[in-house]
Amino acid sequence: MSERKIRVLIAKPGLDGHDRGAKVVARALRDAGMEVIYTGLRQTPEMIAEAALQEDVDVVGLSILSGAHMALVPRVIELLRAEGLDDVIVIVGGIIPDDDIPALHAMGVSAVFGPGTSTEDTIAHIRQAVASRSAPQ
Amino acid sequence: MTRASAQDWVDDLLAGDRRTLARLITRVENRTPDSHAALARLYPHTGRAYLVGITGAPGTGKSTVVNALTRTLREREQTVGIIAVDPTSPFSGGAVLGDRIRMVDLAGDRGVFIRSMANRGSLGGLAATTGDVARVLDAAGFDVILIETVGAGQSEVDIARTAYTTIVVDAPGMGDDVQAIKAGILEIADILVVNKADRPGAENTVRALRAMLELGHRLRTNLHHGELLARPASPDASIYDFWQVPILKTIATEGEGLGALADAIERHRAYLADSGLLVERQRAGIEAELAARLREALLDQLIRQRTPAALEELIERVLARQLDPGSAVRMLMDGSA
Repeated sequence: MSERKIRVLIAKPGLDGHDRGAKVVARALRDAGMEVIYTGLRQTPEMIAEAALQEDVDVVGLSILSGAHMALVPRVIELLRAEGLDDVIVIVGGIIPDDDIPALHAMGVSAVFGPGTSTEDTIAHIRQAVASRSAPQ
Repeated sequence: MTRASAQDWVDDLLAGDRRTLARLITRVENRTPDSHAALARLYPHTGRAYLVGITGAPGTGKSTVVNALTRTLREREQTVGIIAVDPTSPFSGGAVLGDRIRMVDLAGDRGVFIRSMANRGSLGGLAATTGDVARVLDAAGFDVILIETVGAGQSEVDIARTAYTTIVVDAPGMGDDVQAIKAGILEIADILVVNKADRPGAENTVRALRAMLELGHRLRTNLHHGELLARPASPDASIYDFWQVPILKTIATEGEGLGALADAIERHRAYLADSGLLVERQRAGIEAELAARLREALLDQLIRQRTPAALEELIERVLARQLDPGSAVRMLMDGSA
C-alpha cells in the first residue's frame, strides 16, 4: 500500500490580501491527487521556509500579486537553502512582468505562471519537475 | 536523500534534526520499507510524550484551540508536536490541508513542530499511520503531542484509542440539543470545551452538555453499584467513576480559558497515572492496533494469494445468487475458492 503523494505548499508571502488565485490552484492540485498545504495570507518568507521543512513538501508555490516578487522570492529561496531544502521545486504565480521572469529563473524558480495560465499546465509542470527530480536518487 | 540504514535515520532523529523528522514522517505516511525498519528502531525511544486528542465538529474552532493551547503549554516550558488531520478527497485522492492557517502564532518557535496529514481514506477521524507519526514525534523528544482529528463530528472514536486525554470541542449554535444526543463523540470526551464562549448561546451549549453528562453519569453509577454488589471486596472499583468530565469555556482567538484547559489536562493525566488507567488505556490501544494491523495484513495476504480472475469469478457467482457472501468468504478462508 505504499504510495507516493506529491506534497505542495501554497503560500502567499507579503501584504496583498487577494488569495483567490492561490485557492483556485490549491483546489486544482487537490483534484489532481496532490496533498496541498495551504497556509493562508500574509506569510513571511521565514514562515514559508519553516512550513516547507516541517511538511516535507516537494513543491513550494508562491502567489504574489503585490509586485514585491523580486524581493520576496529570492528571500524564500535563500531561506529554503539555509534549511537544506535545495531540492524543493519553487514555482511562482500571480502578476509577474515578463521582464522579471528570466531573473526569477536565474534565482532557481522552476516556473512562473501568470494570469490566464491553465491549471492543467501547472499540474503537468509539477508532475514533470517532481519526476525528473526524484529520478537520479 | 539516501540513507545508509534505519539506524542513521533514528540517530539523526534522536539528535534533534528537524529535517530528518519531517522526512521520516513522510516515509511513515507512505509506508516505505525503510520506514518500517526505522519505526522498529525508534520504538524503544517512545512512550515519554503525553498524547492529547482534540476532536469535534467542523467550525467549532479545533485548530484555533490547538494554537492557543500550544502557546499556553509553551509558556509552561513544554515542547509540543502537532499532528493536524484533514480529509482526503475520495474522488481524486488529493487533499487541501488548511489547519496551519489557524496556527500562524506558532511560527518561528523551535519548541513546536506542526505536521498536516491527509487521512488518505481512513475512517474514524485519523489516518491509518497517525499513531506511527505520533511515535516519530515522541522519539524526537516532544513533551506533548496534540492530535487534531478530521472534523466529521460523530465517529472519531479512533482518537480515544490513540490519545491518553481526549478533548471534545463544541461551540454555540452548532445545533446543541441534537448534537449532544449523538452521544458517540461525548462518550470519548475526557474534557469538554465550549469554544467561542463569547457568542450568544454559550450557556445553552454548556447546559446541554451538562445534561448529557449527568444522564451518562447516572447510568455509569448504576452500573458501578451493580459491580460493587458483584465484587464487594474490590478496592479498585471505586476509582473508575472518579473522573468527572469538566466542561470548560474558552475563547481561543483571545487566548481565554486555555490555562484552565492545560490544568485540566494535567489533572486528567495525574488521575490516569494514579488510578493505573494510563497503562490500561495503553494496553487497550495496543490491542486495538494489533487487531487492526493484523486484519489489514491478513486481507492483503489473502488477496495477494488469489488471482484477480478468481476473485472476479467469486463476485460473479455472488451476483448471480449462486453463492451467498458469507459462504464466499469461508471459501476464501479455507482455500477452496
